[in-house]
This record gives sequence, structure tokens and C-alpha cells, in this order.
Amino acid sequence: MNAIIEGTGKTPGNAPVTEPLSVIGYWRCMIGIVWREGLRFLHQRGRFVAALVRPLVWLFIFAAGFRSVLGVSIIEPYETYVLYEVYITPGLIGMIQLFNGMQSSLAMVYDREMGTMRSLLVSPFPRWFLLGSKLVAGVSVSLVQVYVFLAIAWFWEIEPPLLGYLTVLPALVLSGLMLGSLGLLLSSVIRQLENFAGVMNFVIFPMFFLSSALYPLWRMRESSPLLYDICNWNPFTYAVEVIRFALYVQVNWTALLVTVGCTITFMSLAIFAYNPSKGLIARRGGPGGGS
Amino acid sequence: MTSDNQPVDALQIEAVSHSFGKRKALDAVSLRVGQSGFCALLGQNGAGKTTLFSLITRLYDNSSGSIRVLGYDVRRQSGLALRNLGVVFQNRTLDAELSVMQNLIYHAALQGMSKSQAVERGMKELDRIGLADRQGEKVRALSGGQMRRVEIARALMHSPRLLLLDEPTVGLDIGSRQAILTHVRRLVVEDGLGVLWATHLIDEIDDGDTAYILHQGKVLAHGGVDEIVKETGTDTLKAAYAAIIGPAETGNREVAA
Repeated sequence: MNAIIEGTGKTPGNAPVTEPLSVIGYWRCMIGIVWREGLRFLHQRGRFVAALVRPLVWLFIFAAGFRSVLGVSIIEPYETYVLYEVYITPGLIGMIQLFNGMQSSLAMVYDREMGTMRSLLVSPFPRWFLLGSKLVAGVSVSLVQVYVFLAIAWFWEIEPPLLGYLTVLPALVLSGLMLGSLGLLLSSVIRQLENFAGVMNFVIFPMFFLSSALYPLWRMRESSPLLYDICNWNPFTYAVEVIRFALYVQVNWTALLVTVGCTITFMSLAIFAYNPSKGLIARRGGPGGGS
Repeated sequence: MTSDNQPVDALQIEAVSHSFGKRKALDAVSLRVGQSGFCALLGQNGAGKTTLFSLITRLYDNSSGSIRVLGYDVRRQSGLALRNLGVVFQNRTLDAELSVMQNLIYHAALQGMSKSQAVERGMKELDRIGLADRQGEKVRALSGGQMRRVEIARALMHSPRLLLLDEPTVGLDIGSRQAILTHVRRLVVEDGLGVLWATHLIDEIDDGDTAYILHQGKVLAHGGVDEIVKETGTDTLKAAYAAIIGPAETGNREVAA
């Protein structure tokens, strides 16, 4: 005998679900994923503090120390000579998002091992949608971090135009998506739960230092053409420039195009990597010729 | 597809093979779980149980044979197949930092359910497992057995017709094991759920159950437990299991009564 399951109003007795997923279902799913990420973030206060302290240390100490050493001439988008602190602020915003993207990628490797990734992937929604929602969730968290950082930096006389706080938002979403999908891609490649130090050394540090985050690229060219070329090939440079210009209500079209291109590339590769029949997960086995 | 007058199987696996490099994890495995049926998948660690689960849940792709949930092919109609499927994985997959109800709401959202639907349904499921009063507590505060029961409740949030459980009682004390087994058996009777219960513990299987004996990726025997026992000319499933996989193999194996 099959008792009727009350309450859901959709699958009494033995009737299987036959209707396709609704648009509102997609919406609920994405909100659910963002909501969970937000809750986790609230519960991990240490992560929030660390995410804020890191760029603030750079701003308060590093920038203060180097202020006199590193002069920054008038370059776009700045209209006057700017203090070194002002110059590195967009780079530090990029750093927040870089760490956030890598951290959520690491969380995903951890998730995969612990099985929470599996419970995400048994959702009936298409995998690209689930991964995309996961990205949106990560970006939302990074936005909170960035705006809190900008608020504190304001008291340190980092005062971009008020409108800049608004125009930087789409730039932050874009750079967050780019770094998040890079993290997602890495999470599919990294096989086991490795410590954060590996990612720090081989991803975060090179990306951060070999970019325009800490010094204008023309300065880099003066000291080493090779390093200048590397910086020029680093997607992070472009993400930082998109943020820098947007913060001063301007658009750097080259940087914007490169960042959009990289986002699409990383995201497609990550979705490919998580596709059970095509990607890297499939590498873990197949029907085989048999013995 | 099956004909209209015959109820479709909750799970139907036909000739599925899967390899990791040269090692063949599954070799032409076929298996059926009827609706309102409790089916045990018995095999020691490494027999291929988890690989089979990964294929059913689409973590890996089955490129040979076919897997159908309620008649829906998991490759071609994965959305509908997954909507009719609930899973309890071998690893704990609840978020320890979140409350019991928050975990359930998250899972329901992954199935496209609204928050109010989730709370209503979640309270009902928690009530059934006797944990309704713990809904606001963090998962961290629960015992291992309670977490497992919450995972079962979570797997049922979207009213699936097939429930997969991968070694759900591992690491639990006898009392908790029994409670979980009793609960799942009740679901089969009361809800008409099809259940595939993977285990290496023979005493979790009753005489009236259907069982598949999986060994080194192959199904060596299947059918009613009494039939399996009769065919091997033994008295108990334990003896039958030993006879089927070969006496030499059982000596130091983890399959335990």
C-alpha cells in the first residue's frame, strides 16, 4: 500500500515527478545557493576578519612605508599626482577578490572530498547553472568584503568620487566572476585537499605581484622588459585596471574586453571540467576495454 | 520503456561497466529495484558499490549500458531522473555550521522548492525521525546517528520515489543502526519508496529482502535472500555469501555478520 505524502502536493503515492523544472525553480535554487554561502560566511567570522585585515595591512603599513620611495606620476584614470595608497587601492580590492575566489575554490575541493559538492551536483538543475550559481554566491560575498574595505579606506583618505562607488559595482561583479571561475577551474584540476600554501605560492602570489596592482606597468618595463611582458599577459592586471578605472567613473575598454574574454574562457573550461561525460571528472574512469 | 500497465521500476540498471585506468570497477552490472521494494547491495569495501552510486547520481558518466530512474535515463533525461532520486552518501554531507532546518532548506532550494514548502516539509520529515525539536540547532551538536537520520530526512525533502543509501550505518552504534534500518524499511511500506541499500553488513539484510551480491565489480548472485541461500545449499546468508565469493576470500574480509 502506498500512503500519500501530504504537504508537497506534487507526488502522491507512486506518481513520479514528470513536469520539467520551472523558471521560478531556477530562481529558488540560485537564491538558495547564495543564501547558504552567505550563512557560511557569517559563521566564519575569522574568514571575514582575515579577508579585511590582509588588504588593510598592505594599505596602512606597506603603502605608508613605500609612499616616499614609489612616486606615481599622473597616469590615467587619475587627474593629479596620487598618493601611493590611492594607487594600490584597486589592486588591494583585486587581492580581496583573488583570495575570495581561491578560497571558495579550495572550499570546493574540500567539499568534493567531504561530499557536499556531491549533494550539490545531485540537484536536478543543469550543472552549468549550479556552478554559475556557486560563482554568483562567491562574488556576492566578495562584494561585501570589498565595500567594507572601501569604507575603512575612506577614513584613510582614499576618497574616490562618490559616483565611483556605484560604477565600480559592475566592475567588481565582472572581476569577481573572472577570479571565481579561475578558482572553480582550479578546483576541478586539484585532485586532493591540498593546503592553502600551495595555491598561495603558485597562484595568488605570482598573480598579485606580476600585475599592475602594486606598481604601474611602465615602471615594471623600466626594470625588466620580460617581467613587463609577463604582467601584460596576466589576466589579473586587467581585472585590476577595470576596477581602477570604474572606481573613477571611467572605462578602460582594453581591460574590460580582456577581462570579459578571460571570464568566458575560465567559466567555459570550468563547466567543461565538471561535465561528467566530457571533463576532467570523467578522467577518473570510463567503461574501459575490460580485461 | 516499460508498458503502461506494468509499474516502472524505481531503478533499472542494464549492463553497466566502469573502469579506472586498467582496474575494472564495475563489470556488466545489471540491477533492478522495484517501487515499494527494499533491495540490498551487499559487497565488501572496494566491491564497486560507491562507483555504482556515482554513476547513478551522475558524478561519473555511464557510457556503457543504461541507468534509468523511474524510467528516466540518467544521461538523456538527467533532470527528471535526479528529481525522482534521493541520496544518502557514504560521507557526511550536512553543513555542520548551519542548523538542521537550514540544511534542509538549502537542499530543498537545490530542488527548486520554496522556503515555505521546505519548512513545512522539513518539519514533517523531522517529526518522523523524532528530531523536530532539534530543528534550530546546529548540526554540529547532533550525534552521528542523528546526523544520519537528518540526512535521510533531507534526501526525502523533494519526495523522491527512489532512495539510495551508501553504507548509511557505518560508524554507528547498534542502537542507531537499528533505528535507521527500521526507519528506512518503514518508508518502503508507508511511502512506497524504492530503496537501494548498499552495505557490507550481512545482518542488515532480512530473509524477505532482495539482494545483489557484488564482488570485484561483478554481480555474482541476486534474487530473494531465501532463494540465494537455497541455491547455495547453505542455511544462512552469511554462509551463502562465503560460498559465492569463495571460501579463500572470506577469511580476512570486512563483511561481517
